[in-house]
Amino acid sequence: MSNQNFYSKPTPGSQPEYLSPAYASTVKRSPSQSLILLPQSLSEMTGPVFGHDRVKESDHDLTRQHAGEPLGERIIVTGRVLDEDGRPVPHTLLEVWQANAAGRYQHKRDTHDAPLDPNFTGAGRALTDADGNYRFLTIRPGAYPWRNHANAWRPAHIHFSLFGNAFATRLVTQMYFPGDPLLAFDPIYNTVPDEQARQRMISKFELELTEPEYALGYRFDIVLRGRSATPMEK
Amino acid sequence: MSYHMTPSQTVGPYLHIGLDWLNATDLAPAGVAGERIVIQGRLLDADGAVVPDGMIEIWQANSHGKYAHTEDTRALPLDAGFSGFGRTPTDADGGFRFSTIKPGAVPAANGQLQAPHILVNIFARGLLKQLVTRIYFAGDNHASDPVMQQIPAARRATLIAMPVSGQSGVMEWNIVLNGDVNETVFFDL
Repeated sequence: MSNQNFYSKPTPGSQPEYLSPAYASTVKRSPSQSLILLPQSLSEMTGPVFGHDRVKESDHDLTRQHAGEPLGERIIVTGRVLDEDGRPVPHTLLEVWQANAAGRYQHKRDTHDAPLDPNFTGAGRALTDADGNYRFLTIRPGAYPWRNHANAWRPAHIHFSLFGNAFATRLVTQMYFPGDPLLAFDPIYNTVPDEQARQRMISKFELELTEPEYALGYRFDIVLRGRSATPMEK
Repeated sequence: MSYHMTPSQTVGPYLHIGLDWLNATDLAPAGVAGERIVIQGRLLDADGAVVPDGMIEIWQANSHGKYAHTEDTRALPLDAGFSGFGRTPTDADGGFRFSTIKPGAVPAANGQLQAPHILVNIFARGLLKQLVTRIYFAGDNHASDPVMQQIPAARRATLIAMPVSGQSGVMEWNIVLNGDVNETVFFDL
């Protein structure tokens, strides 16, 4: 069993620290004690699998969940889910959720004084295909204020949740939009120390992905933990 | 490795919009083999205040110690209707509750058996990446468990679900995100 391919650790600087005081909610919710190294076993190298019995093809379309069309700029968000060796992660679940075009979430705890859209819930799901491709159709979310600090605004973003092949590959992240002036001021985006790593959370506008007369296209590739050939234990 | 992992970000306070559809708190429908258990607890912050906007996910083997996943190639029986995955948001009191079966023992990478355990991922506003921990069970032998052995003895109890007196099969296991002696052990996976 000494030659198992364990999941490798993230590149230093590529992930946020739990305690990131500029994001105020981390202060009372991050552990104070050191994490204990967890040797990987079958427990961590297996994980839940979800298939087409749970995810319908239409779940990828956030613009057709109600009687009418949501307000806002229609966008296509598409990309590939890969591991750190560039191999596609096929048939894996993605879950997304987001604010509406006015920057308001369909959620009882969101009290921002911006209009709700009766034609937009803001939730979608998809499975990657055999080559790791996924695609969502939605509207571009608006920026919204939050109370982290004075005059705090979150840049427009879409929440992404992914499982990958194992408990060890679970990832929740946020997709941002290119050129958003709020990124520079956002404590959550800037909890990631490495500049190049931060930019991996920004989608790319690609004219080739647009549908003429219909929707703009953005590419967002997502990389999950890969497996190293080197055993991590002695 | 030519690609680098996408950074993690918080689920934020509105996670329910996108994640509630997959909630699963009753993991073992009738007919699934094993000892029926309920695990209940609360998610607490550094002040002991409840965290009402968190989410708990669990992952476990069945009563034979078999995971419903292709990576587990051991010749052990699977249970129809038991995936081993659970998810629940915390409620207004920070509470969570799973009905499941007690998992069987699963080997470590060196083949040595680990004590029965359930894996846990914790998500919340204020958590920029999930916290990873494990639930073990009171009454099992933890002394030889290779993960428990890495934990200072005084902290091991934070991972052990304790029977609730007068309620058969019900166990209490709380998660303390930040605290002194009672801070739950979290793992670097």
